[in-house]
Amino acid sequence: MRLGVLFSGGKDSTLALHKAAEKAEVACLITLVSENKESYMFHTPNIDVTALQAEALGLPLIKKATAGKPEEELKDLEAAIAQAVKDFEIEGVATGAVESVYQATRIQQICNRLDVWCVNLLWKRNQKALLEEIVAEGFNVIISGVFAYPLDRTWLGKQIDQDMIEKLVALSEEYGLSPSGEGGEIETTVLDAPLFKKKIEILDSEAEAQGNSGVFRIKQARLTEK
Amino acid sequence: MILVVNMNSTETPFGFDEFVLPIVSVAEELEKCDVKHYLEVNEKNLHCYDKIILSGSALKNTVTLNQTERFKWLKDCSKPVLGICAGMQTVGLVFSGRMETCREIGMTEVSTSKANILFSSSFKVYSLHNYALVPSAEFEVLAESAKCVQAIKRRQKDIYGVLFHPEVRNKEVIQRFIQAFP
Repeated sequence: MRLGVLFSGGKDSTLALHKAAEKAEVACLITLVSENKESYMFHTPNIDVTALQAEALGLPLIKKATAGKPEEELKDLEAAIAQAVKDFEIEGVATGAVESVYQATRIQQICNRLDVWCVNLLWKRNQKALLEEIVAEGFNVIISGVFAYPLDRTWLGKQIDQDMIEKLVALSEEYGLSPSGEGGEIETTVLDAPLFKKKIEILDSEAEAQGNSGVFRIKQARLTEK
Repeated sequence: MILVVNMNSTETPFGFDEFVLPIVSVAEELEKCDVKHYLEVNEKNLHCYDKIILSGSALKNTVTLNQTERFKWLKDCSKPVLGICAGMQTVGLVFSGRMETCREIGMTEVSTSKANILFSSSFKVYSLHNYALVPSAEFEVLAESAKCVQAIKRRQKDIYGVLFHPEVRNKEVIQRFIQAFP
């Protein structure tokens, strides 16, 4: 089966891509660039890095802009998936949805209308186990956004490793955060992963934060040999 | 030991991750589980299990609905069974039910219509189906949504079915099924 992967460039969609590639043929990546930072559907910081990630993966990328208004962005997503069906003959869409019934419902509805398979390879997985899997599989993932107390500027740009997982799990127990950021508490950007043929090197970046809300913006980056 | 039956087509192996693993994680908190694909299950290899859960499947996967002969073991099954979504539909078809078009995708309000061991009153569930079961008279209806039958029980037997996916937002339904038959 040929799949398109709904791809934000963060850890969940990249892990979903790896799992999809084990069981099917990944034909393209599909990215929505939302102008709305509060989007319920689409991860936003460093979304422009998806072009470099697609190049590193050697996969074509369908990238669509959306104003990010709640229902309109779903129409834009549907148009992007329809384009992937037409251009790359995909038969299904893989996502990195873990817990969000809001996201899963809407993607299922779109796939149902377009008569393509909807494949949620991480659905309901234990969040700590997912973080441990990306570390064990050698993913290089940095925190590119924090959006909840007590996370702050000090977390931005840091790589997720076993120590950070322990800290995130401790915070989840103390403050009720979702350890993998499933509730939008953190956003991530993948710089390297097993299927990347090259890795991403950050040349210029800046951290912008106010209190418990901030983003790590990659201003310039390039691909380098692994 | 619980047997969780994978109801997804062999051609769509990712159905296991989305529709089987989440049930196993809920069930294994209470009891050990073993997973078999529906094509591997027969009367002879059921003896080592205490109860059986039939998983759901992807929206586009309706493979078990056309293969009810593969589930004839259900006819003489004396063990407790819980069919989820495609699992419920398949159970219903084995006992002469029929399917009708009925789409519910997302959170859905469900009302209990008969007191039972799995749930009570009204509650919200995660639905993912294009078809609903119209059960035969061998079943009693335990719950309904505005559009269709959401839960059934075979009369005089411990064979249950829920059209919704309890592993998503109603884990207690699976837990109560397991605990009701220690």
